[in-house]
Amino acid sequence: MATASCKSLEDSETARESEEETEIPKDFEPGASSESILISIDLYEEVENSPGSVYEDVSYRRRKSTICELERSAGKRVLAEEQVETSKSFDDKSQDGQLKAEIGHDESIRIKNSPNVEPIRIEMESIQMSSDEEKHEIIETAEDIHNPEWKQHSKHIFILSEAGKPIYSRFGSEDKLVTLMGVMQALVSIVQDNGDVIRSIHAGDHKFVFLVRLPLILVAVANTNASAPQLVVQLNCVYNLILSVLTSTQLCSIFEQRRNYDLRRLLGGAEKFLDNLVDTMDSDPSFLLVAVRCLPLTSAIRDTISQSIVQYCSKVKNVVFAILVAKNQLVTIVRMKKYSLHPSDLHLVMNLVNSSDSFKAAESWTPICLPKFDSSGFLHAHVSYLDDNCPACLLLLTVDKNLFFTLQECRRKIVERLHRYNCLEAINASLESEGYSVSEVGLPDLRHFIYKSKSAAQFTEPRLEAPYVSNEDQSNLFGLYQYLHHRMYNSARPLKILFYVGQKEIMLSWHMAGFELYAAFEPMVTKFTAVNTMNKLVRWIKKEEDRLFIMNAPTI
Amino acid sequence: MDSLEAKVVVLGSQGVGKTSVVVRYIGKAFSRHLSPTIGASFFTCKLTIQGFHVKLQIWDTAGQERFRSMAPMYYRNANAALLVFDITSYESYLNMKTWVMELRRNVEEAVVMCVLGNKCDLKSNRAVNTTEAQQYAVSIGATYFETSAVSNEGIEEAFAQTALGLIEVFKNNESQHNKSNDSLDGVDNVLSPQYPLRTNVIKTSEPEGQRIFCC
Ligand SMILES: Nc1nc2c(ncn2[C@@H]2O[C@H](COP(=O)(O)OP(=O)(O)OP(=O)(O)O)[C@@H](O)[C@H]2O)c(=O)[nH]1
Ligand SMILES: [Mg+2]
Repeated sequence: MATASCKSLEDSETARESEEETEIPKDFEPGASSESILISIDLYEEVENSPGSVYEDVSYRRRKSTICELERSAGKRVLAEEQVETSKSFDDKSQDGQLKAEIGHDESIRIKNSPNVEPIRIEMESIQMSSDEEKHEIIETAEDIHNPEWKQHSKHIFILSEAGKPIYSRFGSEDKLVTLMGVMQALVSIVQDNGDVIRSIHAGDHKFVFLVRLPLILVAVANTNASAPQLVVQLNCVYNLILSVLTSTQLCSIFEQRRNYDLRRLLGGAEKFLDNLVDTMDSDPSFLLVAVRCLPLTSAIRDTISQSIVQYCSKVKNVVFAILVAKNQLVTIVRMKKYSLHPSDLHLVMNLVNSSDSFKAAESWTPICLPKFDSSGFLHAHVSYLDDNCPACLLLLTVDKNLFFTLQECRRKIVERLHRYNCLEAINASLESEGYSVSEVGLPDLRHFIYKSKSAAQFTEPRLEAPYVSNEDQSNLFGLYQYLHHRMYNSARPLKILFYVGQKEIMLSWHMAGFELYAAFEPMVTKFTAVNTMNKLVRWIKKEEDRLFIMNAPTI
Repeated sequence: MDSLEAKVVVLGSQGVGKTSVVVRYIGKAFSRHLSPTIGASFFTCKLTIQGFHVKLQIWDTAGQERFRSMAPMYYRNANAALLVFDITSYESYLNMKTWVMELRRNVEEAVVMCVLGNKCDLKSNRAVNTTEAQQYAVSIGATYFETSAVSNEGIEEAFAQTALGLIEVFKNNESQHNKSNDSLDGVDNVLSPQYPLRTNVIKTSEPEGQRIFCC
């Protein structure tokens, strides 16, 4: 397993800044353009600074709702008064500290103030535990937990309410996990009682990661290569998915009215989206990098597509975003001036399209909340596939719930024009070729790579080819990327370049001001060759950037 | 030949077979691989009956609880409603009744209603008595059909009956307006004071024919 090899080879890796790459200008960034279609952010920082509860979020959105702003500008609804945005910084109490705790036998947990008891470590935002020993018995009855198969899953995701009511479990039925979720709730509340927030528990190979976003508590339990901060980002995506289904306003008011509400009632039918999202995160770098994968197309074709959308959508007043996606890849986004899309909102849109075949049956009109855009309300989406023979899905998003028929007509004209300019064929051809082969780069030692342009929030990677054919090999590779990513971002010691000797390959990662690059090499490659290859690789990406990235940010 | 256009909304609990029924009617086939509807799907179909060309705009809504609050968006201005329940689930039957009440509360215009007891191929698991459903339908002025998307029973009939109901409404409105020859060209005029009866039938200048409703 990849985990094992990481440990044993810890010594053979070196972190250093080498001279060879200085020939690359400091601000070199293939894929970057003057204006980006997506908002580029450092999610890892953002998560830290997010409000800890939906209530804070709601009161913030009450003051500043993008949807209201749009509705106002559309002359739809005039709100009583416009309030000025005040920049309130959310309670910043992150004096980092660690509290070590010990879990004794008999499944009882003792949390002590006395430090240094490995192997179990509970990390919290600060040390404020009472000095008295607290003992909590765990009464264990749920059958699921004793089921060996259930235990063996490498990553569990749980969602529960503040009151400890189960909402979602990736595996097993929530009903059987009532007790377990009760324990999770207890852990959160014990720590909370002391004015602190629980973050993670480390037990052997397992990490228990908590994200408290009241009224919800999200927990990941994993023994994968994903680091605790990476798992927090994943939990945050899951939380955003819940918001995209319910909106923060609804979530908030439900639990304000009834603390004990069983949220599964309202989420009925959305489990599929949760399952799909959680599965995808195990293999798709989009979430790790907080970036979007684009469908490779010549810039001429992509421009024609964007222009077709602009041409007809600009005639309709209230289209905020027009998004064209095909098999989890972005073809183009056309956006209203002033508004940009956040990559994690786009992930949710793609997840929605991927997890339901319903849109294939007929054109649809559905509410969707994009939490980063505005968590307080719904946008309305006209969703349709371009053609029975083309798996590209067009979403036209608006704030006006009466716009369906206008958008239907708009969509018809767009599709007509795309047909006329053979854009559907181009999209299909690109999908069929499944991206590009690493051999096109022409660098013999290079097996695979992932490159992200930071300002564009887009990434590119060649398709997985031999030796990464089996599921196991593919997921091992992904695990290595997760590991590299974690090391590069390690807050205690962030790295610029990392050369890592794995069991079956050599890995190299490289962070510059504008980009992140991770690559896998043949096992016998030297450091010198690998670094040289990376230099050539970024130049190749530069040469291909028009095809691999969306370089234009058309607006309506 | 006269023609008319009408908006039909399909309502009912999650999984009762709303999409299956519509897809069976329009696509002439049963598809096992339908996913639960997200929001609402939009279909159109045309049929000719009693010398009328009838064009139906069908809103097939999602039965999932979270979309419940969105429903008014889809049934607003509906001319006809297909109220679907699953004959193997009494709960879905009760839920269908709450849809009827909601429609009555919120839609001012007369709505042609048609109750469908779907999945009638699963007779051995029947949980809703035919007479009970039948009587209920009569009590609300609706027609009742037992349907199956699997064995294609009752669906053609239900749609035909709905179209007939719409034609009847259309004719009534027509006579009430005394065939006035106003040429109205948009939904804005539907509730204009010229029509104290607040009918939702409008005549269009389009060659297509007359619309009962336009978006
Ligand atoms: N036996 C039987 N099964 C049916 C029939 N109609 C639909 N089903 C099945 O019932 C399930 C749900 O069907 P859908 O058509 O998706 O139900 P729906 O009412 O559209 O559900 P939502 O879109 O979630 O509200 C599917 O598995 C169908 O195959 C029927 O007439 N007989
Ligand atoms: Mg359906």
